[in-house]
Amino acid sequence: MNVLDMQHIKKNFGETEVLKDMHLKVEEGEVVSIIGPSGSGKSTLLRIATFLETMDDGEMSYLGHQVVSSENGRAVYVPKKEQREARECFGLVFQNFNLFPHFTVLRNIIDAPIRIQKRDKAEVTREAMALLEKMGLGDKANAYPCELSGGQKQRVGIARALAMKPKMLFFDEPTSALDPELTLEILKVIKELAAEKMTMVIVTHEMNFARDVSDRMIFMDQGVIVEETTPEEMFSSDNERTRAFLGKYSELA
Amino acid sequence: MSFGQICMQLVGGMGVTIQIFVLTLVFSLPLGLILALGRMSKNPVIRNIVRVYNSIMRGTPLMLQLLVVYFGPYYLFGLVLGDSYRGSAVIIAFALNYAAYFAEIYRSGIASMPKGQYEAAEVLGYNRVQTFFTIILPQVWKRVLPSITNEVITLVKDTSLAFSIAYAEMFTEAKALAASQRSMVPFVAAAIFYFVFNAVVAGGMELLEKKMDYYE
Repeated sequence: MNVLDMQHIKKNFGETEVLKDMHLKVEEGEVVSIIGPSGSGKSTLLRIATFLETMDDGEMSYLGHQVVSSENGRAVYVPKKEQREARECFGLVFQNFNLFPHFTVLRNIIDAPIRIQKRDKAEVTREAMALLEKMGLGDKANAYPCELSGGQKQRVGIARALAMKPKMLFFDEPTSALDPELTLEILKVIKELAAEKMTMVIVTHEMNFARDVSDRMIFMDQGVIVEETTPEEMFSSDNERTRAFLGKYSELA
Repeated sequence: MSFGQICMQLVGGMGVTIQIFVLTLVFSLPLGLILALGRMSKNPVIRNIVRVYNSIMRGTPLMLQLLVVYFGPYYLFGLVLGDSYRGSAVIIAFALNYAAYFAEIYRSGIASMPKGQYEAAEVLGYNRVQTFFTIILPQVWKRVLPSITNEVITLVKDTSLAFSIAYAEMFTEAKALAASQRSMVPFVAAAIFYFVFNAVVAGGMELLEKKMDYYE
């Protein structure tokens, strides 16, 4: 069962073609990582998938429900009300965390489930505390985001997304704002989620991590998919562009 | 007349001054927020009406606005509103004027909020109203508080402009007393009053700022 299915996605910013006929399919329980140079359109693809950006043309469905269709070369979104179900499918973890600074860690996690999903406060709080425990932040429930390290903030960001009980999680360069040590913290958490069969799409520059955690890797460049395959094949690719990109990483390593 | 007697004479005026101050804030702070939202509205008609309103209110003297609000009903429409209108005119003029200043302060505060806050809220399912009141506005308060303090301190002193329509607040009374007593002492008393009043207001605002220090 496809949780997400995006086809023929096109997106321009002014004259610049950011995405040219992109597609992205994610099955339940699958971990897909998207790699590629800056400006290749990875983040834009993620932002379109999460409704933060609109596509110019293309089709998109979540759990088989079509939310965007293509009519005469233009993307047509279903009305806001009908998007709701699709929007509840996923959570997003941001590069800069985007925690709410005026809320405590706990309130950051429980506010949306209570206010938006109208769930029971006691139950949501119990689940949130369990999530924090799992993230190794059990003692930080009443701290404010400004009192946390970057790695802790990102773990709260992940907990906040998980508290909504999404079908899948998107990660937009979740470790790009973190130093190597803190990066490991976050990667460990994501690996644990992968082991629990959480469906995830991860945009990342951490090549070794992507190789470890992914079922499938997508290499994007200039708005198109250059290669889409298993990590093993990606890293032993014959494709010149892929080799050039990954080669630069292995030179650094 | 001793200094104490003069102060006793001025006490009533002080009450009126404090009243102008409080009522102006009560009306202008919320009105300013509504204006700020209008100023940032997607509707160009609303946006431009508010823009023109703000620029007129900020571009002309408060004293002139006070005279317009006070005399306008009679000169423009022949309405005789009686002596009780004097106090209302002061509050109306002050509230309309200060709302324009507060609107610009709120607007800059709202505009300074990082886009990521809106995006995080959107992905979590908050609608626009929920996002504004739960996520954005509480943070805007903290950001704009120092600028608000500035305006509030100016307001304490601006209350003396009610003198221009002979409203019996403290400054008006001090001026009258100075004339009848042929003495500078009422002015000194008035100066001390404004100074102390402002010190209290500034202290209060500082306390408020400290109270919001729990997050960054």
